[in-house]
Amino acid sequence: MGLEIAVAAALFTGVVAYSVLGGADFGSGFYDLTAGGTRRGAELRRQVDHSIGPVWEANHVWLIFVLVVWWTGFPSTFAAVATTLAVPLVLALVGIVLRGSAFAFRKYAATLGQARFFGVVFAASSVVTPFFLGTVAGAIASGRVPAQGDGDPWSSWTGTTSLVGGIVAVGTCAFLAGVFLVTDAARAGKTGLSDALRRRVLVVGLFTGAVVLAALVPLHDDAPTLWAGLTGRALPLVLLSFVAGTTTVALVAVRRFGPARWSAVLAVASVVSGWGVAQYPWLLVDEVTLAQAAGAPATLQGLLVAVGLAVVLVLPSLAYLLWLTQTQAWSGAPEERAVSAGPPPAPDARPRRR
Amino acid sequence: MDLLTGLTTLAADIPDPAGLLPARQQMALSLGWHIVLACFGVAFPTMILVMHWRGVYRGDPLALVLARRWAKVSAVLFAIGAVSGTVLSFEMGLLWPGLMGRFGDVLGLPFAFEGVAFFLEAIFLGIYLYGWGRIPPRRHLLMLVPMAITGVAGTFSVLAVNGWMNNPTGFRIVDGEVTDVDPWAAMFNSGVFLQFLHMWVAAFMVAGFSIAAVYAAGMLRGRRDRHHRLGFTVPFAFASVAALVQPAIGHLLGSRLAETQPAKLAAFELATETESPSPLRLGGLLVDGEVRWAIDIPYLGSLIARNSLTAPVQGLDTIPADEQPPVNITHLAFQSMVGIGTALALLALVYWVARWRGHDLLRPEARGGTWLLRAAVAAGPLAVVALEAGWIATEVGRQPWVVYGVMRTTEAAGNSSTALWWVLGASAVLYAAMTVGAVLVLRSMARRWRAGDESLPSPYGPELEHAEEQR
Repeated sequence: MGLEIAVAAALFTGVVAYSVLGGADFGSGFYDLTAGGTRRGAELRRQVDHSIGPVWEANHVWLIFVLVVWWTGFPSTFAAVATTLAVPLVLALVGIVLRGSAFAFRKYAATLGQARFFGVVFAASSVVTPFFLGTVAGAIASGRVPAQGDGDPWSSWTGTTSLVGGIVAVGTCAFLAGVFLVTDAARAGKTGLSDALRRRVLVVGLFTGAVVLAALVPLHDDAPTLWAGLTGRALPLVLLSFVAGTTTVALVAVRRFGPARWSAVLAVASVVSGWGVAQYPWLLVDEVTLAQAAGAPATLQGLLVAVGLAVVLVLPSLAYLLWLTQTQAWSGAPEERAVSAGPPPAPDARPRRR
Repeated sequence: MDLLTGLTTLAADIPDPAGLLPARQQMALSLGWHIVLACFGVAFPTMILVMHWRGVYRGDPLALVLARRWAKVSAVLFAIGAVSGTVLSFEMGLLWPGLMGRFGDVLGLPFAFEGVAFFLEAIFLGIYLYGWGRIPPRRHLLMLVPMAITGVAGTFSVLAVNGWMNNPTGFRIVDGEVTDVDPWAAMFNSGVFLQFLHMWVAAFMVAGFSIAAVYAAGMLRGRRDRHHRLGFTVPFAFASVAALVQPAIGHLLGSRLAETQPAKLAAFELATETESPSPLRLGGLLVDGEVRWAIDIPYLGSLIARNSLTAPVQGLDTIPADEQPPVNITHLAFQSMVGIGTALALLALVYWVARWRGHDLLRPEARGGTWLLRAAVAAGPLAVVALEAGWIATEVGRQPWVVYGVMRTTEAAGNSSTALWWVLGASAVLYAAMTVGAVLVLRSMARRWRAGDESLPSPYGPELEHAEEQR
């Protein structure tokens, strides 16, 4: 295995992790946005605050990780994508900035009016950002980024594959977030909230599943290389994603939220991995392969050292954080109350989200 | 024929790519904004650690209250710091594709380590913020330690890249191609260690003086309680040590310039000609090639810049016109930084010497106490100004190079211009809005704390209780 393949694997692991962990954070914006008026939506919005509050910044760093490994390991393609896809990248960036800052501002807002304003900004930007990131993925996957960069600033990311990528990204984020939120709500014993969420997760899941299936059809013409990969080498992953997604919907329907969470993660991780496997060995499809794009070997080795350090230091810490959020002490109790004041554990208390 | 000559001359006059000017302004705005928050990201956890430690191990409940409040403030500051840092990651490619495409694999490795550091900081921030009342106190306190360490590692990594841009190494250029890339040599370039120290210490000055300024303002308004005293003393102590060490670090860093970047030194010192000995030129502007309105102190320029009574500062006249930085901005920014830095060091000295001699300037009846507090209030914004001035001095002073002596900034920029101007305009609005939002929220937090509302419940709280009653 070449050095560049190892670095690309690390890079793509970051993409998958960001899709799953970051995606679930973004997706919660959909439920926040559609939670209804201040009074009706209060419980759900609090749940969103509580569920993504401790983890969103850490989950966000996966994106930074992807960017730095990309520009260090495969520098010319990073420049090519940046010059070609400046528009969706800037729009996604605006969304990222608004999402993060408004989320923090809302938590400590003094008045209900301010909280509503920051809340709308947070929720709307959470929905919009994955769309633009999805169009970027679609542009790369359909071969619309020229190797030397400076591709068409508009048509490069408004093709069918890009739009499909954007919609699928929004849908999977919302689906994933819904499964996590409903699990959290059920664990905290908020039956009313978990019932309401369950219905919406089912709708989102069926809708997203239908869109993903329908979206595959135009890829045949719009992104032939990707299509060949998806129906060839990556077919097992595509099927796995289908099975896992269907299983998730079924599990949510019968209120088995704990296992549903894992199958939802599997569904999203496998569809994203399917994209990566399908376009291998291209980095920019039909333009530049991983081997052609790779930077200096010494740098790739250095990157693997950094990745090794991340495995040794970051993964255990991240596991500790995620484990903490699963413990009963962190579950339903509002942040400011003492541990003992929390609600009694739900009957089916299992490890909660992540 | 005349037309052709005219056109070529014109073309030679405007060689800059269209994306250069907006890209520069955009980078200045986003980096200048982010660097202030980065200072808090680097230095604040250490200060909270000391305060929290005092609360846990000395059994000081007031210190615990302060640590918990500071943690909430840091939650807001770190959130906008994280997203504004993401902006910079995107901008590396969006604004400087020429630099990243060509040298990404030379300069990028430190960014990967910075990514690891940021990862750890974000993880432990999450654990720490939500760990209040959920993790045993002593273990909870320990969660700040990784954040303090990653602050050091992150600063080193980012400054490694900037150090490389000033002292490029770790590659060769053969027939226009970058070869023999050694990212480790690039990372541990000759400038990194001092630049890192300079910035790391600056972070403690900015965060320390800014936080102390808040409590100084409170004391000026008559809130002379132990709470304000403690809130002032801890950050002010950090800032004081930093302010007193900083001149020495700055001096060591500056004395490298005569060899490494003579053009930058000449601009710093406003040295139009090589003089032996060189004077120290206070203030002044370069107007039509003449130095105006400057106060010259003989010998001091040579002494400070070259550690010698005779060694000259190389003049701008020895440097080709197309390799000179914009002199006035560089000179004024540099002198603002040095001037403010010196004043801040004096402030620290005055306070601690007076205290050591038994004259506590924080006591309400202390003579000169009001003036000290006023100075301490001003010190917060002044430290920020010095930080910005320092970055302007070093970045503008490196021009016209992005990679010193190797790549001009014009080669690093992209070609789109109208779009970038729009982005710049939108960014200005966005950053202004974020500033307003942060100020609004932080002020309201302080107001509610003063009113005795320690826990800052979710604004949905009362409505939520109501909704639960209805069910």
